[in-house]
Amino acid sequence: MKLYEMSATELSLLQVRGEVSAVEITRSFLDRIEEVEPSVNAFITLSPTAAMETAVGVDKRRHRGDKLHPLAGVPVAVKDNLCTNNMLTTCASKVLDNFIPPYSATVVTALHEAGMPLLGKTNMDEFAMGSSTENSAFQVTRNPWDTERVPGGSSGGSAAAVAAGMAPLALGSDTGGSVRQPASFCGVLGLRPTYGRVSRYGLIAFASSLDQVGPLALNAHDCALILNLISGHDPLDSTSLPEPVPDFSDDLELDPSSLRIGLIRENLSEQFDPEVRASVLKCVELFEKNGALVEQVSLPHTDYGLGAYYLIAPSEASSNLGRYDGVRYGFNAGGSDLETLFSKTRGEGFGAEVKRRIMIGTYALSAGYFDAYYLKAMKVRTLIRRDYMTAFEKYDLLVGAASPTPAFKIGEKTDDPLQMYLCDVCNITDSLAGVPSLSVPVGLHSGGLPIGMQMTASPFREGILLKAAAYLEEAGFYRPLRPQPGLAEEGGL
Amino acid sequence: MTVDFRKEVDYVARLARLDLDSEEKERMVGELGAILKTAQKIRELDTEGIEPTSHVLDLPAVLREDKVKPSLPLNRVLQNAPHRRQGYFRVPSITASENPAE
Amino acid sequence: MQYETVIGLEIHLELQTLSKLFCGCSTTFGNEPNTNCCPVCLGLPGSLPVFNRRAIELAVMAALTLNSEVQRKSRFDRKNYFYPDLPKAYQISQYDQPLARGGYLEIEVDSQPRTIRLERVHLEEEAGKLIHSGESIFDSDYSLVDYNRAGIPLLEIVTEPNIFSGREARLFLENLRLLLLYSGVSDCKMEEGSLRCDANISLRPAGSKTLGTKTEVKNINSFRAVELALNYEAQRQEAILASGGEISQVTCHWDEESKITIPLRGKEGSSDYRYFPEPDLLPLVLDQAFIENLAANLPEAPLKRIERLCKDYGLSASEALLFTENRELGDFFEAAALLYKDSSNLARWIQGDLLYQLRQLNVGIETVKPGLLVDLLQLLDSGEINRPVAKEVLAEMVGSGAAPTDVVREKNLGRIASKENLLPLVEQVAAENPEAVEKIRAGEDKVLAFLVGKVMGLTGGRADPAAVNRYFRELIKK
Repeated sequence: MKLYEMSATELSLLQVRGEVSAVEITRSFLDRIEEVEPSVNAFITLSPTAAMETAVGVDKRRHRGDKLHPLAGVPVAVKDNLCTNNMLTTCASKVLDNFIPPYSATVVTALHEAGMPLLGKTNMDEFAMGSSTENSAFQVTRNPWDTERVPGGSSGGSAAAVAAGMAPLALGSDTGGSVRQPASFCGVLGLRPTYGRVSRYGLIAFASSLDQVGPLALNAHDCALILNLISGHDPLDSTSLPEPVPDFSDDLELDPSSLRIGLIRENLSEQFDPEVRASVLKCVELFEKNGALVEQVSLPHTDYGLGAYYLIAPSEASSNLGRYDGVRYGFNAGGSDLETLFSKTRGEGFGAEVKRRIMIGTYALSAGYFDAYYLKAMKVRTLIRRDYMTAFEKYDLLVGAASPTPAFKIGEKTDDPLQMYLCDVCNITDSLAGVPSLSVPVGLHSGGLPIGMQMTASPFREGILLKAAAYLEEAGFYRPLRPQPGLAEEGGL
Repeated sequence: MTVDFRKEVDYVARLARLDLDSEEKERMVGELGAILKTAQKIRELDTEGIEPTSHVLDLPAVLREDKVKPSLPLNRVLQNAPHRRQGYFRVPSITASENPAE
Repeated sequence: MQYETVIGLEIHLELQTLSKLFCGCSTTFGNEPNTNCCPVCLGLPGSLPVFNRRAIELAVMAALTLNSEVQRKSRFDRKNYFYPDLPKAYQISQYDQPLARGGYLEIEVDSQPRTIRLERVHLEEEAGKLIHSGESIFDSDYSLVDYNRAGIPLLEIVTEPNIFSGREARLFLENLRLLLLYSGVSDCKMEEGSLRCDANISLRPAGSKTLGTKTEVKNINSFRAVELALNYEAQRQEAILASGGEISQVTCHWDEESKITIPLRGKEGSSDYRYFPEPDLLPLVLDQAFIENLAANLPEAPLKRIERLCKDYGLSASEALLFTENRELGDFFEAAALLYKDSSNLARWIQGDLLYQLRQLNVGIETVKPGLLVDLLQLLDSGEINRPVAKEVLAEMVGSGAAPTDVVREKNLGRIASKENLLPLVEQVAAENPEAVEKIRAGEDKVLAFLVGKVMGLTGGRADPAAVNRYFRELIKK
């Protein structure tokens, strides 16, 4: 087995046993990137030199007998909306196409201090607005399972990188499903932590009350390792929790007979792809056969989630994106007066989807409309959160599809923004409620594309999500769910 | 209730400092009208007496000690500036009366 | 038709913290441009704000001082607009849940007590500074931006429209300044921009209860200008109303040079700030203990100090006022008074000769040690030096910080008062100035001063003038 085919846990173990060096591991991934990246286009920026430097340093320290983090020497890819000191950070936007941050995001610093070689910055929908990564101003990322299809979005680059063996781990960001949906399209795990679990300092903001950094990984244990690393209170982020971080990797054993599962009726709609529904139900059956309690549950305000989300998120975004005016950094369109400078820079610099959302958000917050739109949406958010809290009184896990369908074709939904928004329908309410949610690959569609199931838990209970995922892994539901070489003939790698 | 975005699009674009050409404006009117129509579904809900959620975290604010920390060196502050002059950021000439907060 | 003027004031105060409101950058004034900046106050993508505890404390203290009701829970909001001095394109401020509501200040106008009511007190962040270029042959016109001040904590105080003249406005501000200076929240220096004031003014028929259309007056840079600007604007409005016109709700720019208000062209659609709750900051919750602790430890209020100075030290009202308005001078007085019992004498010397020397030498009171003045006065009281010498020593003391006893010893300035030392000189001067002596004998006592002066000169100023005067009299009138 090639090094790039291994999980983070395996790579960590090999290093600890002295069987393989960080340099060899990094080399393997860099070679793999060279091999398949031209077909996938997952990266905006590659940083092989910096990655190697880190790897060399790790090997030196290990040789010296220093105590190292479990993830030392395990390479990682990072979504391009996380600031990396002195390294280009673009948010896949023309407006930041030359932006070199003078600081790193807290999570990026954590990765660096643990000794994880940074392979590069991954492609995304511009400013994280989108569900396919087609809104990138620079390039289209292709799904490694079928290069005619999208990898999902907005963390499509990160998901594709992990799925294609270009990185064993990646960081993405999830505002309305942007980690979970691409994870399900690419057949990997994607976790959205509890809001406030992971620092947002250095994460270029889209919708502040919804954004969270989340990992993409090959299995539960890997996911747990990186979650340990990036979680925790950050004094630089007022919205990060003071909640202590347990060791998520410590015990991934699950006793299914203690599990109470609620099947979310609204996330298993008849409208969804029937194979998606079937896969999810099959998983749930496994739990039930082994003693778990499984019941149907309704989150009655789910129907209003899309509306609330598409008012709250653009409103916050319209404010967060006000700073891109060409004065302090980024694209500057020129202009002899202020008005021209601002409007031209923003008009030329932002892509269509970003402009749409800025317009909706500006409108929803404007004088006379605030009560009807934004305020109303915030009240609906309360009702949605209540739905979850009520359900969590009875259930440990709320389960449904991670997406109504598997990956769609590139260009299929780009003409109709509303169609694209509907892709988020399974993921939005968890974001609004601020609860942790995990997408796990649970099988392949008859067309060969991965299907993802989504599990949601109450605040701070990422542990139970990971345990459930580990249980499914043990049962063979997704090991390994990497594109197999044979798929190349069918359009994949 | 249909939203006629046509009347609003110029005002909103100006408020957001977005230069839109006529084709974009036309498209926006249609797209945004449709999106807002969907979003407006929430108005069906009776939210009488419901507190709005502006933060999902039920916590009080974090307070930091009043200690000076090193600032960024000037060259780092200016490193991305498209136009600069003698330690300042440079912008087209403005008169005070253009300040929207004045 | 008689009109009455109705004025509301909006005051911004920079709070005296070491670091900015949302980041650890220094608040020091006058640094090189853009050298007090970091990702947070520059609003770099990905940056986030974190509250400065001290700013909250100072804001609460100010609110308590102003009898404003501190809200246990308040919230911050974003005020969105585009301008280069605003790095995030929004200002973090407080809109509908301010830190404190209501409040009042009691002042005296023409010996009548007046209660000026406040609407609210809230916290917000300062913007950066813009510098506008002059015309230059080679450069096209441009403006420059410095973000050093961006993120400085600002307190905003809004009065109700219950001020009725420019003069009242000025008195209110003077009182406000003193009160807040004493509370320790700000150094309140209008010249340095740590205190700013904008005013809203409208007219209405005398006796009417409804408010007229208001205009906003900006660019007021001194308390004096507040009075002048508002008086002018009131007249301008009255002239319009008298001729049957209507007041348009505009912003007026106060021109300090020509002493007039200039209405600026109104801008439409410019004040839609799209306020919404700041998602990056959690609501501010202040527990009772926090507020009570601050209330219990408020520095002494100015009125209390005036009372105390009169009562405990027997100072006159005007002396007490001087020592209160000039807080450092008052602190100096009280420190010296611990060591010297004659407060009246002390006060006299401080507000007289000491203040004079400070101005002459252009130094601040903080450079003078209270103990030194006390030493000086004790030397004078004991008769070791005379008054003229004391003044001379004072100058030296203020100028170099030298101890009076050292100066007296080194320059040999001890008072000469004994007859055996002075009589020979008196006789000598009398002998040298027979015409003067004749005049004195004839009754022109004023000429004595001339002769005394001569002896003073001979003794290098050390002779006791009263004694010299006496010896002359004895000699001449014999």
